[in-house]
Amino acid sequence: MAFISPALLLLLAMSVFPLLWALYLSFTDYSATRGGPANFIGFGNYTAILTSAQVHQRALTTLIYVVGAVALQTVLGFGIAYLISRRTHGRGALTTLFLVPMMLSPVVVGLFWRFMLDAQFGVVNSMLGSLGLGQVEWLTRQRTALLSLIVVDTWQWTPFIMLIALAGLTAVPKYLYEAASIDRASEWFRFRTITLPLVWPLLLIAVMFRGIEAFRLFDLVYILTSGGPGVSTETLSFHVYKVAFLGFNTGTASAYGILMVLVVIVLTQLYLRYLNKLKEG
Amino acid sequence: MAVSVDEAVSTGPAPDHTPAARRLGGRGRSGLEVALLIVLAVVMLFPVLWMIETSIKENRDVYAIPAKFFGFDVTIDHFKDVFVAPGGGRSALSVAFLNSVVVAGVSTLLATVLGVPAAWAYARFAVRAKKDQLFFILSTRFMPPVVVVVPIFLMYRQVGLIDSKLGLILIYAAFNVPFTIWMMKGFVDEVPAEYEDAAMLDGYTRLQAFWRYTLPLLVPGIAATAVFALIFSWNEFVFAIFLTSSDEVRTAPPAIAGLIGGTTTDWGLVAAASVVFALPVLVFAYLVRKHLVAGVTLGAVRR
Repeated sequence: MAFISPALLLLLAMSVFPLLWALYLSFTDYSATRGGPANFIGFGNYTAILTSAQVHQRALTTLIYVVGAVALQTVLGFGIAYLISRRTHGRGALTTLFLVPMMLSPVVVGLFWRFMLDAQFGVVNSMLGSLGLGQVEWLTRQRTALLSLIVVDTWQWTPFIMLIALAGLTAVPKYLYEAASIDRASEWFRFRTITLPLVWPLLLIAVMFRGIEAFRLFDLVYILTSGGPGVSTETLSFHVYKVAFLGFNTGTASAYGILMVLVVIVLTQLYLRYLNKLKEG
Repeated sequence: MAVSVDEAVSTGPAPDHTPAARRLGGRGRSGLEVALLIVLAVVMLFPVLWMIETSIKENRDVYAIPAKFFGFDVTIDHFKDVFVAPGGGRSALSVAFLNSVVVAGVSTLLATVLGVPAAWAYARFAVRAKKDQLFFILSTRFMPPVVVVVPIFLMYRQVGLIDSKLGLILIYAAFNVPFTIWMMKGFVDEVPAEYEDAAMLDGYTRLQAFWRYTLPLLVPGIAATAVFALIFSWNEFVFAIFLTSSDEVRTAPPAIAGLIGGTTTDWGLVAAASVVFALPVLVFAYLVRKHLVAGVTLGAVRR
């Protein structure tokens, strides 16, 4: 097809070919700096990664971050959407205002927050201080650094969940509520039996999108904490970067990347299957 | 139908028909809800306001302890520093901004020129394994960028595209083509195919029919899709930092990120640069607010 092939060619050159190259490299001991020929080493890279305690540690960090951030965003985003959907005035303006964080570049967001969370002159500690609370070293303590990452990601992406939830909430047919109010159904009953079941599928799709995005997050980590202190905020994506660009183990990094792609594909397939079942049921 | 925000905010739950006595309790609750919304809005917007405030503060007020919310001296020096180099002439940041304009603009144009005809073809013609092709196209967007950047880096080094604007333009266009196809297919689906059939009965070729009747109806959709592609390219950081190194090529995100590090950071300058950088995005986002849901989900969520 003359209309489709140019677009497909670009995708083949810039997405498929690099991915296949990564697949090839993942079976070799190639290093981008050392140069020289790539020696085929079979599944060596894969077994090394899958058995590495370091990688397990990063996987746990990523899991905590993804689950924590997406759960927080979902609850907050749905809450805000619900509150907005109950207003009759100023909804458009409110929605637009709430969407601002999502539109900003991760670099800008990371810098904003790095400035605000600064231990000495950061505005967050300043406010804590004026409330008579102690100072927190947000980005330089192991435990609070991961928490900060979750908070910042939540700040940026709660609007995403809110937007989708709002779309779902306002699509609920009015007559259902009218019927319920004739039956004098309580508000909680209406929420539980009308609102939630109708918004749920859309909300689950939003959660999937956020989950994928959070899993591959790199820029925010890079700007906000650079994986530190220690390795406390080093997610899988950031670790791949370190292996590839600081350790120059290109082969290992490629295998690592391929494994990450596989995880995304398998998990989304399972998730979509579950979603489809939900739709049928 | 694509979900639109305006639509999403114009209708809502049915009006309350509960008796007056119960509504009184409802009013108290409603007040609580408004208060809660205001608190949430303040929390969400505070970082942005704080950045804007920092960008117009004198340096001594930027680092004031405790933080100064009001009563600081206003200055536009930081904004001047964004554009003008210390010794006069253009600053590295302003070059980076210009690069961002070029890279985001050209890559968006390329993605649109390649994506729109493809979307039209997918919407109108019987294409072999259409669903599989479309899913494949979408799936290229789900790859972690850190994974693709390694082979792209090697590939670019081989063909001499490392540290070139063309290299960034190509990867951003490839990144945006799936999005353009998915989003535009939705818009084409909304234009009745009968228009083209009727035009063809009048003696036009299929392409002429598309050009004269369908394309004009698609213009708002194309504009919205292009704006999203523009925002993605404008904000992109991972490819930008790994595929470019020189000041002449670097786009704004890595240039702004480069302002930190070392022992001291000029936060006033960072704030001003961030504000300048974020401004076009906010304007553009406002322009496409009707299409936000479809846009942020790559067109996958439509109704």
